[in-house]
Amino acid sequence: MATMTYRDALNEALREEMDRDPDVFLMGEEVAEYDGAYKVSKGLLDVFGDQRVVDAPISELGFAGLGVGAAMAGLRPVIEFMTFNFAYLALDQIINNASKLCYMSGGQFKVPITFRGPNGPALQLGAQHSQACETYFLHAPGCKVVTPATPADAKGLLKASIRDDDPVAFMEGELLYNFKGEVPEEDDFVIPLGVADLKRVGSDVSIITHGKMVHVALQAADKLESEGIEAEVLDLRSIRPLDVDAILETVQKTNRVVYLEDSWPYAGAGAQVVSIIQEEAFDHLDAPVLRVTQADVPMPYAKNLEALAKPSVERVVGSCKKVLYR
Amino acid sequence: MVTKVHMEALSPTMEEGQLVQWLKSEGDEISSGDILAEIETDKATMELVARGDGILRKIFLDAGGVSVVGAVIAVIAAADEDISGIEVSSDGNGTQQALPEESSAGTEPVAPEELEAAATPETTADTQGTDSVRASPLARRLATEMGVDLLTIKGSGPGGRVVKRDLEGAKTAISKAAATTTWTSEENEYEDLPTSQMRKSIAKRLVTSIGPVPTFYLTIEIDMNRVIGARESMNNMLEEDGYRISVNDIVLKAVAAALRQHPNCNAQWHDSFVRRFNAVHLGVAVAIDEGLITPVIRNAHAKGIMQIAAEVRELAGRARTKKLMPDEYTGSTFSVSNLGMFGIQEFTAIINPPEAGILAVGGIEETPVVVNGEVKVCPRMRITMSCDHRVIDGAQGARFLATLKSMLEEPTAILL
Repeated sequence: MATMTYRDALNEALREEMDRDPDVFLMGEEVAEYDGAYKVSKGLLDVFGDQRVVDAPISELGFAGLGVGAAMAGLRPVIEFMTFNFAYLALDQIINNASKLCYMSGGQFKVPITFRGPNGPALQLGAQHSQACETYFLHAPGCKVVTPATPADAKGLLKASIRDDDPVAFMEGELLYNFKGEVPEEDDFVIPLGVADLKRVGSDVSIITHGKMVHVALQAADKLESEGIEAEVLDLRSIRPLDVDAILETVQKTNRVVYLEDSWPYAGAGAQVVSIIQEEAFDHLDAPVLRVTQADVPMPYAKNLEALAKPSVERVVGSCKKVLYR
Repeated sequence: MVTKVHMEALSPTMEEGQLVQWLKSEGDEISSGDILAEIETDKATMELVARGDGILRKIFLDAGGVSVVGAVIAVIAAADEDISGIEVSSDGNGTQQALPEESSAGTEPVAPEELEAAATPETTADTQGTDSVRASPLARRLATEMGVDLLTIKGSGPGGRVVKRDLEGAKTAISKAAATTTWTSEENEYEDLPTSQMRKSIAKRLVTSIGPVPTFYLTIEIDMNRVIGARESMNNMLEEDGYRISVNDIVLKAVAAALRQHPNCNAQWHDSFVRRFNAVHLGVAVAIDEGLITPVIRNAHAKGIMQIAAEVRELAGRARTKKLMPDEYTGSTFSVSNLGMFGIQEFTAIINPPEAGILAVGGIEETPVVVNGEVKVCPRMRITMSCDHRVIDGAQGARFLATLKSMLEEPTAILL
């Protein structure tokens, strides 16, 4: 195992995939000369040249569409959005083209494209630049959505996303780039999409979550442990495709679930998971499933209000106790 | 507005209800939907819910009291409203139509018999048993698996919701009851198993047909060859000590051992629950001049044949001289009556309530029996079991007798 940052793990994944497959190229704002706004593509221009590491103009709809066309023509583009907040500009290309062309062409076109970049609330960036955007990409069928929480998952899942023949929204945690963790040193470390990971084993309550919130869940589990409650933390890793078996397994084990996400509650990933749980595992529930989410408001700028709007360890602990009737 | 609180038909077959307790007192402020009282119906204890807002002005029926369905048992009204005209009465309604929501003008009053006939055990179990109980889905599933009536469980969740932890206690009770073949002195004397709606329905119907203990009879014939052999060798061993063991002593031992395997026959009917005993306290019918008394061999399942023989002899002796203490002839869980020594081949015995079963043991007769295509003369004995059908079903009694037969035909099985 090598200890590295989430940023370096992503960099390794890009480097290995570009090295392995000449069809893989990276395009986005400032990805080449500037090494990327978050330095994820550091050094790639020197290794792979400006034909494969391409600086794009400030035109998300334009370069996302260029990527979709390149994917249809047989390449494997990795399109970096400086943040997923800007990907809203490219939603027509992502949702109406990338996600639907395989279906609409009767399978004649594959669109093996990876849209990647930071996602999720950061610190005091205001309502437009501090939000978890995954619901937009989840909603329509056709696009896979991957949300790695650790350096190892970041590397293994990015490699799988680039190799996948469908479009993938690969949503990195903006506050996780400096997070360090162990990454297996094997030659070709790939984590298949659609396989959840039990980040902590427990028996009393299941916290199901994805992305950056995995760390909040783990902190909450630590706190609960000091009060004699064993919380299980299930990291979905990809929320489309969804590891329903792993979800049902943990529900059947603990009978109590809290879904944690830093996106809004309305029609979010958590709402979908809760719906599946009540449909498939109703007779295993000992309490209603609760959700801890971003408050249903645009992210406030004021520090105190921002803290109140975001999911916190305390709110997760409180919800876990509630489903345990404590 | 004045709202009369009626004794409502809280089950389809309910004709009257007993007020278990008021959860509100006179003078309390009441909102529609509040739980006013707990009512014991013919099926279970149910909640009586307020159907109007105001002050609980007057209570007519005290805790413990019984009232027919439809009777006014309390009044809810505003603090200053005149309620002097309201009296305890059936309020002019047909008794089955007291529930305002369920009665509609113009419908024929339904006879109680018809209602009962319409309510099959399955549907009563579903609609009466659980719909009025708040329980988590998991608790409902566990209760079904464990055979526990949720109505008997007190919920600790919000609003009295029954949750998993509330069933933990019940679980222990069930698993203990299941472990009846182990002989430990620490185990509970008995377990009370809540009566299911089906059980209640069976009990009610059978009692109206043959009652108050609806009895049926099962007879089985047993080859006593090996018991006779075993008895001989035991008596040879005991000769020096002056002990004698009778065939009946061996039968008693086998009955106790078989009951441990079939605890549903070692049980009592208690209306709302069936008390299933772990310990076997055997009543042994003894004829005396004035009639009959049944001294009790306590914990017969845990005693050896020699000890049973000694106790029977000692208790029977004192029974004939009328020197038994009350606790020596009460508390049996199952009884055995043997008239074999009077030359009786086969008879039926009357159940000694609250027990659910009694065995009538006939004498051993040399009988021609076909064995492997040849007629052989074998010592045969007939046992007839009287069963309280409220507790024991035919197949259950038959299985118990089959076990007893196998133990007597191969007495070493008693030791297993």
